[in-house]
Amino acid sequence: MPPQRFEPESAKKVLPDLEKTGLIELLHKMLLVRRFEERLIRLAEEGPSFGHYHVYIGQETIGIPALAALRPTDLVFPTHRNHGYLLSRGADPGRLMAEILGKQTGLNGGKAGTLHASAPELGIPHTSAIVGGIVPIAAGAALAAQLKGSNQISVALFGDGATEEGATFEALNIASLWRVPVIFLCENNTEEALGAAAGGYPKSVTAATDLGSIARSVGVPAVVVDGTDTRAVFTAMSEAAERARTSGGPTFVEAKVVRWPGSNPLWPELPAGETELRFAWEPESAPEQLLRWYRDQDGLLRYLREMLGASLLDKDDAAEIDSDVRSQVEAAVRFARNSAYPTPDSAYLDVFAGQS
Amino acid sequence: MAKSATDVGVQQSPHQRGDRELTYAEALVEAIAELMKEDPDFLIIGSYVLGLGPMRALFDEVRHEYPKRVLDPPTAEIGFTGFGVGAAMNGLHVLVDLSTASFIFEAFPQVVNEAANASYMSGGRLAVPIVFHFLHGLRGGGAAQHSHSPQAMLWNTPGLQIMMPSSPADVRGMLPTAIKSGNPTVFVDHSKLMPVRGYVPALPKEIPLGVADIKRSGRDVTVVATSYSVQQSLSACKTLASEGIDTELVDPRTVVPLDRQTILESVAKTGRLVVVDETHRSCGIASEIAAIASEEILDALKVPIIRVTVPDVPVPFSPVLESELDTTPERIAAAVRYQMTRKQINRL
Ligand SMILES: Cc1ncc(C[n+]2csc(CCOP(=O)(O)OP(=O)(O)O)c2C)c(N)n1
Ligand SMILES: [Mg+2]
Repeated sequence: MPPQRFEPESAKKVLPDLEKTGLIELLHKMLLVRRFEERLIRLAEEGPSFGHYHVYIGQETIGIPALAALRPTDLVFPTHRNHGYLLSRGADPGRLMAEILGKQTGLNGGKAGTLHASAPELGIPHTSAIVGGIVPIAAGAALAAQLKGSNQISVALFGDGATEEGATFEALNIASLWRVPVIFLCENNTEEALGAAAGGYPKSVTAATDLGSIARSVGVPAVVVDGTDTRAVFTAMSEAAERARTSGGPTFVEAKVVRWPGSNPLWPELPAGETELRFAWEPESAPEQLLRWYRDQDGLLRYLREMLGASLLDKDDAAEIDSDVRSQVEAAVRFARNSAYPTPDSAYLDVFAGQS
Repeated sequence: MAKSATDVGVQQSPHQRGDRELTYAEALVEAIAELMKEDPDFLIIGSYVLGLGPMRALFDEVRHEYPKRVLDPPTAEIGFTGFGVGAAMNGLHVLVDLSTASFIFEAFPQVVNEAANASYMSGGRLAVPIVFHFLHGLRGGGAAQHSHSPQAMLWNTPGLQIMMPSSPADVRGMLPTAIKSGNPTVFVDHSKLMPVRGYVPALPKEIPLGVADIKRSGRDVTVVATSYSVQQSLSACKTLASEGIDTELVDPRTVVPLDRQTILESVAKTGRLVVVDETHRSCGIASEIAAIASEEILDALKVPIIRVTVPDVPVPFSPVLESELDTTPERIAAAVRYQMTRKQINRL
């Protein structure tokens, strides 16, 4: 064993290896997602209903640094919990909101809704709301990249629940055999999920206590990171991307978070109103019922604290970013609400490509 | 053959007979609870029998009372469905709940290539008493991947019985029949049926397989409808009645086996047929019923048959687009009116 290198506390890096502008952009995106989703829950409560939906609150520090570790030409394939990746890849919040409300101006003309919103032009070709469905597809896209000799890679974005499906296991095995340039990013949000007890989904039900062991059993290297640690996610994804790009084959990255309590019931809720930035530096000001979550388990507030601690911005700068994204979200809501529904005859178009 | 719901107990009101007014969901849960109580070999795998609406809480009582016989499986449809098939081969009476109908595609090999074939492959030596339960159809915002109606694909699979109740009384009487039938049975529910209210007999009787129900008798046009489209047709019938059109509404209730006689007798009487169904137009439930009618009693038809179905496009998300595809009461009524006014077939 090599001797343990001594690292003074001050030298320990807490932020991703990015320039200052990159680091601020991450915070900007995280806040955009948080405010977008909080507003979405209020829209759903006000009605009319736009059907069953899922929010990305509490997982911003997984998807946003993960996608920042990729190149814009890399492909990502999401599931039902997709809004965060779309915003992170630069989808227009107004067009995403319009899609969720089923409007003509939506990303997919109202055909997809929340469950299937996608943006092929942003490297998000397809969003599957079938648990496990996206995993082999992402790996297949990586196979194409490999055969074309490009250095593009592909990322499957899925929840812990997908490891219960046979399709995921089959995809891991084939990806390993064929060494395709894919990253399996599993967002494990199952811990402390109230699940069925709250009338929600049961927490993930797998006999494997370490999800990475499923990947390792077929020769896919697996790492676990704390999903509230922006740097750890960024680093793990950068390493996995490097491996994929240099013909090292697939990697399984498990990012763990404590599920945001508002996502425990079957239908999302805002159990204690909106997130306030000051919860980051005055945790005791958070509402009692979510105090622990905001203080210890919310990656976004943790990242904000880390940025403040590194003096990369001050509280006023953070407030300015927040007010900026809030007005972006309000503009998105106005745009979506003022947009028309598609004309009924458009229902018959797009069954096959090239029809609209 | 078929008994009209309106013929039963002509002298007495439902209240006088002691019938109870229940929601569809309550009637379904009552049937499940009774089976649980009566049959120690009854096993449920999956516990989202009532869907995602607020009514889902009704099922919790059953789940808590019989924790060993209501299993919450992982999200692993092909696996847990296969477990159900195996358990049924070894003496249990199993209900596998796939919740949203679209999820049955994840389990297709076990349903259509194992359960459906097993009795036949054994030369009749093996019974597979299993019910595959799901909620089909347009549910409001389910979009392409959560709005399927796979019953027509399943009808194209020999070896599966298919039951499609449309009212609280029917689901109460049909679920026990499905479980006790001793054969693989697809039990098709619809989330929009869950809040529908109706009378359920004080002492519910099992409703046999292959017995249609005349939900409304009439002289002018026969409407054959299944599942939630029966409710949509009932509302169309009311509008039509106010316009002086007397519609007969036939609900086959099970399509495998199918009560052909009741359908054909009705068409023989009215000479006009509209078939309504939420499966897609091509090779759908309505297609098969229309084909049977045209093979069997073409002579009796005064006008060609019309199908009111979901067009051959995936289900879009937007509410405007979803309702464009729906078999709404307005579309059904328009089809019936057309049957009344169009030129009759010239038979010289
Ligand atoms: C094949 C299939 N079965 C069941 C469902 C219903 N369903 C939707 S989300 C979900 C839980 C998914 O859990 P996980 O993959 O961990 O994602 P999370 O929602 O926790 O982010 C289930 C079971 C589905 N969409 N697809
Ligand atoms: Mg999960």
